[in-house]
Amino acid sequence: MGTVDLSVTLAGVALKNPIIPASGTFGYGREYAELFDLNVLGAFSWKGTTAAPRDGNPQPRIAETPCGMLNAIGLQNPGIDAIIREEVPNIARIFQGPVIANVGGFTPMEYAETCRKLEEVEQCAILEINVSCPNVHAGGRNFGSDAGAAAEVAAAVRRVTRKPVFMKLSPNVADITEIARACADAGADGFCLINTLLGMRVDLKTRRPVLANRTGGLSGPAVFPVALRMVWDVYEAVKLPIIGCGGVSSAEDAAEMMLAGATAVEIGAANLRDPYACKRIIEDLPGVCRRLGVDRISDLTGAAHDQ
Amino acid sequence: MKSSLFTAERVRALTTDTVELTLAGDTSEIAAPGQFVNIALPGHFLRRPVSVCDWTADRLVLLIRVVGAGTRELAQSEPGAAFDILGGLGNGFDLSAVSESVPDNVILAGGGIGIAPLYGLAKALARQGVTPVAALGFRNRADAFYLDEFRAVGCETLIATEDGSLGERGLVTDLLREHPSRNYVFCCGPLPMLRAVHGLPHLTGGQYSFEARMGCGFGACMGCSMPFRDGRKRVCKEGPVFFREEIVWEQ
Ligand SMILES: Cc1cc2nc3c(=O)[nH]c(=O)nc-3n(C[C@H](O)[C@H](O)[C@H](O)COP(=O)(O)OP(=O)(O)OC[C@H]3O[C@@H](n4cnc5c(N)ncnc54)[C@H](O)[C@@H]3O)c2cc1C
Ligand SMILES: Cc1cc2nc3c(=O)[nH]c(=O)nc-3n(C[C@H](O)[C@H](O)[C@H](O)COP(=O)(O)O)c2cc1C
Ligand code: FES
Repeated sequence: MGTVDLSVTLAGVALKNPIIPASGTFGYGREYAELFDLNVLGAFSWKGTTAAPRDGNPQPRIAETPCGMLNAIGLQNPGIDAIIREEVPNIARIFQGPVIANVGGFTPMEYAETCRKLEEVEQCAILEINVSCPNVHAGGRNFGSDAGAAAEVAAAVRRVTRKPVFMKLSPNVADITEIARACADAGADGFCLINTLLGMRVDLKTRRPVLANRTGGLSGPAVFPVALRMVWDVYEAVKLPIIGCGGVSSAEDAAEMMLAGATAVEIGAANLRDPYACKRIIEDLPGVCRRLGVDRISDLTGAAHDQ
Repeated sequence: MKSSLFTAERVRALTTDTVELTLAGDTSEIAAPGQFVNIALPGHFLRRPVSVCDWTADRLVLLIRVVGAGTRELAQSEPGAAFDILGGLGNGFDLSAVSESVPDNVILAGGGIGIAPLYGLAKALARQGVTPVAALGFRNRADAFYLDEFRAVGCETLIATEDGSLGERGLVTDLLREHPSRNYVFCCGPLPMLRAVHGLPHLTGGQYSFEARMGCGFGACMGCSMPFRDGRKRVCKEGPVFFREEIVWEQ
């Protein structure tokens, strides 16, 4: 077999390969650009952005777990205006591919306000709407675990943008397909699955929770089978493209995610342990495809399902 | 910053729970004392941040205090063991701040394992013709280490132990109060010590090295972000060393 075609198309957006650093583990690209040329990436998803600047949670915000980690950052970010002013021009210098704008919020209106401002940012090719951050408290209403509320956000964003809208859903729900269907009906173009799982650790010496926020979001290899199962279920339930995310740390994991139904794959916590993780996975993908007998990686998407 | 393989050369026991670990590898990314490295360990998802104690072009010296499984594995490493190490991380101490001030007003304040980066700093200051006083605090005599090393650099070494079994009975802050003309401090130790030193009225300037739980160690995750005078800063990127004027205390 000759060269392997790694390109994929995500709701009309062409990516040179399916590998995307996940929101919150890649900042706005600056730190990684010191290590490698970001243009090897299919795209990248920036740190969750809200309408107003946010300080995030008190220390400590990080705890280690078996095969993973908990984080309780609390959506610290400088706010959409500062990002458009300071980060967007810098991103254009260090990366020429499509950018996925991850957006957080507390009301459907706030999500829409942030997304409206992103309409004019040309490099931002996809909106990734985070209705699933476990570390912020949206005044009692959890958009991620309430199908009606998630759909309201999807609809509010749909009204203000022509860009593809991907809903990033929470795994902390009884039935993720119900939420996915509601979002699809409200006009979403795809999904990012999954955000972190709610967890906690207690310090044996102090007998107190390790995290100041008490609970945090679990990610890393520990969550891979959970994420994979949710990608599988939503692929069966809704005919919209899926970005698979959760515990991927090798090209084999990425291929497995795609077989379960993902069109593209986000890499999160793996970047924190190994800042070259995405570059390494992209380099390994052609070999994995050859071993699997495909010369177009897009042929893997959903191939594990019965026809 | 880059990641590269280092090989353990030697482990020397300093106390019952503290070792000096010498590694061979490329240290070209380390630019200043007070920077740290982040060490990947098999079986642990997150890397372990450890201060650079000393370095030459192809040797890295770390002081490790065993507090959990990761530091135990580091402290027990066999010669020849290879480690994936990311460095040099963080800003390190700013030595230019000292050349502008009077050289004989400098004092180093270290508590326990916090003395590690102060040793590299003492050597760098000595190269600039400044020999600071080193005020070092330990729990007791059995816990004390690296005293001869500081003396060999030319530092006058003051010691405080909590039980008085070595040097003075008391804390590092007591040593600092006894030398009021030494009003520029380089400080590293546990948070309560940083805070107590920062509160001493006779210290008119100084640099303080902070600790935080880290997700990445290179500025990408916001895991280590804390409030400072001009807003949130990342301990791993804008720090770990912060100037006296920048520091605010959360509670
Ligand atoms: C900038 C910096 C410099 C440091 N320099 C040194 C040094 O020179 N020598 C030394 O012995 N130790 C140093 N430490 C502390 C060292 O990182 C911790 O002791 C170590 O991570 C504990 O790992 P463990 O597996 O033994 O303990 P565990 O308690 O099992 O670790 C569990 C998790 O908590 C984290 N953690 C636990 N304690 C700390 C801590 N005090 N600071 C940050 N993370 C922690 C670990 O990294 C790990 O992710 C430094 C920490 C920082 C932030
Ligand atoms: C430190 C950290 C910060 C994160 N911040 C965000 C965020 O701002 N927005 C978001 O949608 N997801 C955020 N996430 C979730 C990741 O994007 C990803 O969905 C999750 O970590 C699962 O993937 P992983 O196992 O590969 O890390 C964050 C994760 C981590 C570890
Ligand atoms: S530890 Fe990730 S930003 Fe500092």
